[in-house]
Amino acid sequence: MPDWLELVLRVAGVLVAFLTLPLIVGQAEHKVMAHMQGRLGPMYAGGFHGWAQLVADGIKFVQKEDVTPRDADRPVFRLAPAVALVPYLLVLLVIPLGPGDLVAQPLDIGLFFVLAVVGVGVLAVLMSAWASANKYSLLGGLRGAAQLLGYELPLVLAAASVAMAAGTLSLPGIVEAWQPWWLLWQAPAMVIFFVAGLAEIRRPPFDMPVADSELVFGYMTEYTGLRFAFFLLAEYVGIVVIAALTTVLFLGGWQGPFADAQLGWLWTLLKVFAVAFVIIWLRVSYPRLREDQLQRLCWLVLVPLALAQLVLTAAVRLAL
Amino acid sequence: MSEHGGVPGGGLVKGLAVTLKTMTRRSTTQQYPDVEPELPPRSRGVIALLEENCTVCMLCARECPDWCIYIDSHKEEVAVPGAARPRQRNVLDKFDIDFSLCMYCGICVEVCPFDALYWSPEFEYAEYDIKNLLHDKDHLGEWMATVPPPPAHDPLGDPSKEETTAARKAAGPSARPAPSGVRPDAATDPGGGAAS
Repeated sequence: MPDWLELVLRVAGVLVAFLTLPLIVGQAEHKVMAHMQGRLGPMYAGGFHGWAQLVADGIKFVQKEDVTPRDADRPVFRLAPAVALVPYLLVLLVIPLGPGDLVAQPLDIGLFFVLAVVGVGVLAVLMSAWASANKYSLLGGLRGAAQLLGYELPLVLAAASVAMAAGTLSLPGIVEAWQPWWLLWQAPAMVIFFVAGLAEIRRPPFDMPVADSELVFGYMTEYTGLRFAFFLLAEYVGIVVIAALTTVLFLGGWQGPFADAQLGWLWTLLKVFAVAFVIIWLRVSYPRLREDQLQRLCWLVLVPLALAQLVLTAAVRLAL
Repeated sequence: MSEHGGVPGGGLVKGLAVTLKTMTRRSTTQQYPDVEPELPPRSRGVIALLEENCTVCMLCARECPDWCIYIDSHKEEVAVPGAARPRQRNVLDKFDIDFSLCMYCGICVEVCPFDALYWSPEFEYAEYDIKNLLHDKDHLGEWMATVPPPPAHDPLGDPSKEETTAARKAAGPSARPAPSGVRPDAATDPGGGAAS
C-alpha cells in the first residue's frame, strides 16, 4: 500500500469516527437521560425510537439563520466554534484503537500532544465570550477560563502519574505497559483525571460556564445555527475524547479478557462507551456545582490528591 | 461531604442509584396520539343524550351552574285508543350543550331522573371554531354509542335500592324490612316501616 493511500485511509477513518461517535454518544445521552428521568426521549425522528434525532437536529441547525451581533468582533466571533471543535479532532488522531499500529498517527509524545491540544479549548471559550459583546457570554467565559485553567492542573498531574508508571509518553506505549493491577494503583489518578476531564469539557455537574438557568447559555448565548451546532458537537466530541483518554490511560485501552490482537478495537470501543455512559449518568444524577464549590473541589481536593498520587506512583515505581 | 452521617460520599452513590433504578423501570410516558390512553372508568369526556328517555323536565338545564344546556320543546296530544281523553306529552325540539361553556361538573348527569344523560369517555372533539362546540341533540345522541356499560356492582357493597325494594315486595306487604343494620331502631320506630 503506498504511503499516501494509507494516510488518506487513516485520516478518513478518524473523520468517520469524528462524525459518528459523537452522534452515537449524543443519541445515547438523549435516551439514557430520558429513561433515567422516567421519560421516553425522542421517539419520532427516523421511525425507530427516534434514532435519527440528532441528524434531524443537524438539518434544523443548517437551515437556521446565522446571526452575528452588530457589536460582536466578527472574525473572532465566527472563528470560535471552529477553535472549539478542531482540537478534539486532532486528539482523535493520536488515540490508539487497537494494537499493532491501529492508530491514525502514533506519536512518541502522544500524551503531551493530547494535553496540549485539549488545552486549546479554553481559547475557544474566551474567544466566543469576549467577541460576543454580551454580558452573559462574558460572565460565562470568565467562569470558563477560571475553571479550565484550574482543572488543567489535576488533569495533567493525573496523566503524569500514569505516564510515570508506564515510563513513556506514547499512548500505545502506555497501553502496552498497562497491567490490570494498575486499576488499583492508579485508581485515584483515574478518578482525578475523569473528574477534571468532565470539568474540562464543561459537562454537568461542572457546567458553571454554561449554567443555562443563570447565564442564558454562557459563552454560547449569541450563537445561532451552524456555529451553535459546532459548539454542541464539540461538547459531544469532548465526551468521546475524555472517555477515550480515560480508557487509554487508565482502563487498559485495547486489553480485554481475550483475543486482544484481533478484538482490541472492540474492547477499546466498549470501554469508551462505558465511560461515556458514566459521563451521561453523572450529568443526570448531580446538580451543578456552585462556582466556589467548583474551585474548592479543584484546588483543595483534586490537586493535593493528584500530587499524593504522583508520590505514590514514584514510590511504587522505585520499589519495583 | 459526610454531613448527613454515614459513609463519606454515600449521598453521591445514592443519587447514582436512584437514576440507575429509574432507568431500569418502564417509563410512564403515555404515547397519546399513537396509543390510545387507558382512561379510568367513569371518565368525563363528553355528555351523551339518550333522547327517548328525556321528558323535558328541564332539571338539567336548571341545575347547570353555567347554563350551557338549551332546551326547547312543544306539547303533543297522543290519542290512546280506549282512553277517556287524549294524553299530552312533551316532545323535544332542541337539546344543545355548549361544550365551550361546560365545566364538566356532571350535575346534569347526576340530576337527570330518567337516565337520559350519560358520561362518555370520548374526549377528542376539539374544533377549529368555537361555535362548533355547541353540540345539538343529534350530535349528543351520536355519543351514546361510546358510552361504556356501567361498572359491575361491588359484591361487598350494599344491595341496590331496586333489589331491596323488589325483595321486600316479594316477601309480602306485612314483612318488615330486614334488619340489615341500616337503622338499629327500625323495629321499634312505629313510623319506620311506613316511611320506607
